[in-house]
Amino acid sequence: MAERHIFRLMLLILGVVFAFLYIPISVLVGLSFNDGGLPTAWTGFSTRWYGALLTNDDILKAAGNTLVVALFSTALSTVLGTLLAIGVEIRRRNGKWLETIIFAPMIIPDIVLAIALLSFFSLLGVKMGLHTIIVSHVVFNLAFVCAVVRARLKNFDWSIVEASGDLGASTFTTLRRVVVPVLMPAIIAGALLAFTLSVDEFIIAFFTAGAGRSSITLPMQIFAMIRFGVTPEINALATLVMAVSVVALALSQRLNKGELPGQ
Amino acid sequence: MKRYQLHCSIWMTATLTAFGMPALAEPLTVSNWDGYMAADAIDSFNAETGHTAELVLHATNEEIMGKLIASKGVGYDVVFVSSPFAEVLHNLGLTEDLDHEKIPNIANLYAEATELPHDPGNAFSVPYAWGTTGLCYRSDLVDTPTSWNDLLKPAEDVSGKTTMLATDRWLLAAGQLALGYSVNETDSEKMAEVRDLLIDAKGTLLAYDDTTFYAKLVSGEAELVQAWDGWCNYGIGENADIKYTIPSEGSDLWVDTMVILKASGNKEAAYDFVNYILDAENHRWAAENILYKVPNEPAMSGVDASLIETFPNMGMSPEEMLKFEQLRDVGGAQRDYSRLVSEIKAN
Amino acid sequence: MSADRRPLLLMTPAMIWLFGLMVVPCALILVLAFFRRGLYGGIEYTWTLENLALVFDPLYFQIFLKSAGIAGLSAAIACVLGYAAAYAIAAMPRRHQPMLLFFAVLPFWSNYLVRTYAWIVLLNREGLIVNLARWVGYEGELPQMLYSEQAVVIGLVYNYLPFVILSCYAPLSRLNPEVNEASRDLGASAWTTFRRVTLPMTVPGIATGFVFVFVLSIGNFVTPALLGGGQFQMIGNLVYAQFLTANDWPFGAALSMVLIAVMLGLLMGQAVMADRASGGKGARDG
Repeated sequence: MAERHIFRLMLLILGVVFAFLYIPISVLVGLSFNDGGLPTAWTGFSTRWYGALLTNDDILKAAGNTLVVALFSTALSTVLGTLLAIGVEIRRRNGKWLETIIFAPMIIPDIVLAIALLSFFSLLGVKMGLHTIIVSHVVFNLAFVCAVVRARLKNFDWSIVEASGDLGASTFTTLRRVVVPVLMPAIIAGALLAFTLSVDEFIIAFFTAGAGRSSITLPMQIFAMIRFGVTPEINALATLVMAVSVVALALSQRLNKGELPGQ
Repeated sequence: MKRYQLHCSIWMTATLTAFGMPALAEPLTVSNWDGYMAADAIDSFNAETGHTAELVLHATNEEIMGKLIASKGVGYDVVFVSSPFAEVLHNLGLTEDLDHEKIPNIANLYAEATELPHDPGNAFSVPYAWGTTGLCYRSDLVDTPTSWNDLLKPAEDVSGKTTMLATDRWLLAAGQLALGYSVNETDSEKMAEVRDLLIDAKGTLLAYDDTTFYAKLVSGEAELVQAWDGWCNYGIGENADIKYTIPSEGSDLWVDTMVILKASGNKEAAYDFVNYILDAENHRWAAENILYKVPNEPAMSGVDASLIETFPNMGMSPEEMLKFEQLRDVGGAQRDYSRLVSEIKAN
Repeated sequence: MSADRRPLLLMTPAMIWLFGLMVVPCALILVLAFFRRGLYGGIEYTWTLENLALVFDPLYFQIFLKSAGIAGLSAAIACVLGYAAAYAIAAMPRRHQPMLLFFAVLPFWSNYLVRTYAWIVLLNREGLIVNLARWVGYEGELPQMLYSEQAVVIGLVYNYLPFVILSCYAPLSRLNPEVNEASRDLGASAWTTFRRVTLPMTVPGIATGFVFVFVLSIGNFVTPALLGGGQFQMIGNLVYAQFLTANDWPFGAALSMVLIAVMLGLLMGQAVMADRASGGKGARDG
């Protein structure tokens, strides 16, 4: 049957793409167990880098900060970006200026946004810390969320919104009950995208962080450590981050009784 | 219900961490490169002086400069930067004019280190480490290089196995030195020659690299690289066949310095910190562990002789180093330098 | 609903955010393009068009074209791979889909530098791939894979692939199976159904994914330095160098202004085309 062939083809595609995604990751995981410090030679299996990692307060603190920044900026930008996308798509006729402002965060070079925000914050005398990183990450994140949600809305059937309005539902209820559920896969995709961007972002975080230790994020810490190349300790950390994420997913699956939001 | 509480508490903890309660007193904030001072230096400084200092890291001079200039230096107290960058900070009015009374250990510096051209008399910067830029190579795989041209016009079997530093000034310096020009040369005709030489050299390079070149030597991926002496020592530590040499045309004299920022709200502690680093014992630690020469006379005289045997460039005297020219801030010509590098990389 | 002010209300929070934290701060920096660089990298507040004039130099145009080429190639490859993956995910049983998406982005929660170094370990001359080839008995010369444009493209495709998967998944996830069935009942082959029905409806997702990869790639400055061996500059490197290495904010601002204008032009064109291709107009008039 054609159906079965297509399904097999899909599995094959998934296999190839996932192999591509995970080949470097398996190298990274492998290196985290390499006894020697250089990535060039395998000198034996060891878990000592994990031990070293768990006593490295700087890295652990930075990992915690990164999580805080990513969670907050994702939450904020998902809400703002989704509302923006809905508003923009309902309006239909958006002027060039509006489109410009919505696209701009994606194309302004990172370093420009970073320096601009730092200059601006210091001009206003804003005390900097994790909160300034968060609000800065929201700037570009909301544009990405908005773009993903808009892609989903391009073929959206607005008549259901009107029907809901005709039945007397308030705008808010219509949004919550009608629009958001339909958009959920796009919103989740947007949120995942925002989280991924935020977790990895270095230059804007470096510039908008406070000067002290308290607002150092993981990418900042790792960039600074690059002087000595990537040490197995950092590979160990990357491995742990992924392992913890998988565990967190498994736990949330359980909490939700096997159902993920958006279904 | 339980789940709800769990979620709430996670968010609350996160909120508190994010917007945190501001600390009462700001700690002394020192920004340095990773691994450029003792891991416990901050702790022992705190224990010894009763101050609260904390260390933050920057990966490059450029990065910390951007941040200091955009924020007018607010938040930082002591920063480690290379001398041309310290010069810029001084010219932009961001550095503190140093009161030597508050840094008694400054007397430990070699006489040569107090009269460096970028800051004679240490008016705004204190040298922390210094050295040369030369060639680091696998003596078991290539003939001993003697000239910058051995790097820029490599023999056929070395071609494709060389790297140059990626930072503008040092990249240009290799060409400037090879042609016998000053490392601060700004004459446009001479610099056009430098550019052409470096464009030709680029065709023979493996890569531009200023972080992992020593690892490339160890793995054999590269055989001859442009390197700062201290970083070459990391390679020598891994493989004794790796050697360092200064080509016959010479080198630059690089100096990494400590500056105190004018905007610092912790000046007393900042002075104490600089003084603490200049202590003979503390500074000797730096020499022995990061394998960089330090401009501190009693510190260097205490360095283990066997270390100098393993890493011969550690034994270079200040007098020998001072023969070389320091990279200076070239002011308006900086724009030309930047364009030259773009031209080299676009070709 | 479109006639009243409610859509504006929805847009307001994001617009305030963007105005306060992007438009105003960036305007303050970009306006420096019209001033002079001081001798030591400060700003001299005298008006000049010199910086902007310098941008229109064949050298920078050449660098722009080169980075646009690399970014475009990376985006095209990422779109093919990403769309296929997103399509395959959307074809899996619904309850597995979120988990597959999660595993598609999971590698990217590690760290950009760490992943890039993993590629270096794989691709370098003494690296894993070469050793593997030798181990299986391959004796011939192997091409230098690292420190080349190809390596940069691989790195960019790799790092930005999940964004394409996510942006393509959004419109694919909603494709009504009934539409496909109806089409097939009418005798269309699977391929025709895909080409005539599925693809047009998901063009906005592909376009969005392409834009993501393109803009992120053209502004990237780490991958060219590490996987490209610093042997060519992307626009991202160029802008970075003006602000940080040369400490030349006026020229950096001028470059950025022109870059932003050009990119916006390209994006607007793309948006119009994607809108036409997806036939979005009809669906929205109602």
